Amino acid sequence: MSVAVLDEARAWAAAAAVPDPEIPVVTVEDLGILRRIRVESSTVVAELTPTYSGCPAVLAIEMAVEAALRGAGFEARVKRVMSPPWTTDWITPAGREKLRAYGIAPPAEASGSVRALFGETRVACPRCGSAATQKISEFGATACKAQYRCTACLEPFDYFKCI
Amino acid sequence: MHEALLELADDHLILGHRLSEWCGHAPMLEEDLALPNMALDCIGSARTLYARAGELEGAGRDEDALAYRRGERAFRNCLLVERENGDFAQTMLRQLMFAAFMEPYWHAALGSTDEAVRGVAGKATKEMGYHIRHAGEWVIRLGDGAPESTLRMGRAVEELAPYADELFASSAAARAAEEAGVLPEREALRPAWEAVMSDVMGQAGLAWPDDVWPQTGGREGRHTEALGHLLAEMQSVHRAHPGAAW
Repeated sequence: MSVAVLDEARAWAAAAAVPDPEIPVVTVEDLGILRRIRVESSTVVAELTPTYSGCPAVLAIEMAVEAALRGAGFEARVKRVMSPPWTTDWITPAGREKLRAYGIAPPAEASGSVRALFGETRVACPRCGSAATQKISEFGATACKAQYRCTACLEPFDYFKCI
Repeated sequence: MHEALLELADDHLILGHRLSEWCGHAPMLEEDLALPNMALDCIGSARTLYARAGELEGAGRDEDALAYRRGERAFRNCLLVERENGDFAQTMLRQLMFAAFMEPYWHAALGSTDEAVRGVAGKATKEMGYHIRHAGEWVIRLGDGAPESTLRMGRAVEELAPYADELFASSAAARAAEEAGVLPEREALRPAWEAVMSDVMGQAGLAWPDDVWPQTGGREGRHTEALGHLLAEMQSVHRAHPGAAW
């Protein structure tokens, strides 16, 4: 095994552990936004794909990943990759479970599914599991979330919207 | 080619700035979150498009130079996006009109020959689908609502209908980009736009006026008075402190 491969694995581990600044229970690996780590001569290049066009956390995440890599002893830079675009399908099963445990309902369906213009999505309450939920607003506290409420346990909750 | 991307970038920046003006002023908390969210989508797309336009232009202008250091006559956005916010009804109808055009536009742009355009398109077609739903629901709720909301949504239709036609007109620069397979053909999207609008108008109990006099000129830099005021505010910090960085 070459040194470069070992370095890549160690660099991946360092970058992958960086938490999302808005939803700190999930890491950039859980969200699927850390796309690739490669070694370019003596520099580690981490490729990241933003979740939303205007996600204000993008810069913070890029800086945190670069800092984590430097902290692990690498010369590092971050490359922003826009294509192919991120989709909620890239959230790992572990990431979905962490979101649910944190009180955020994970995306309900595969992003490619055809939905009617004003069709309702079935979202299960992350606290009691009931499917009796209502949408409060398409937009939540961050670009990636919508607001819902559960009519069974009466708790409001965030839904990681499917895109 | 860069001029065609500038038109698109200007549309998104100006509309994004207009939406951001609602921050702290929306009629309810949920909308105070929704409107800046939609603004961020627009501004995010604009940033990538400006960066690509600057790269193609090759004159060393980055996204900040293009957004903050051009005057009113150099902006190429359509007139619809620079219209004042008016009341909430007018803002929602403007958003629906724009998103109902951009959603199929970006969908068609997924097959662009330019990688940066494909990158924006992949995100933006989904984001604009969201905007159609959000704005469309409000147009229906207000149009089919109480007498006051019906009156106001009717006024918004009268006010904004003349600005719809410009969405479908391609400038010479846009036509060149369309022929090169970089951008989709605008006129071809009219049926998709009309399908969404007539669906929403029907559910809202509103009628689209059929005798409007189309207002155009934005793609040639001939703007309404509203744009100059917007730019004066948006660009003031950058112009007062040229080259300032965080």
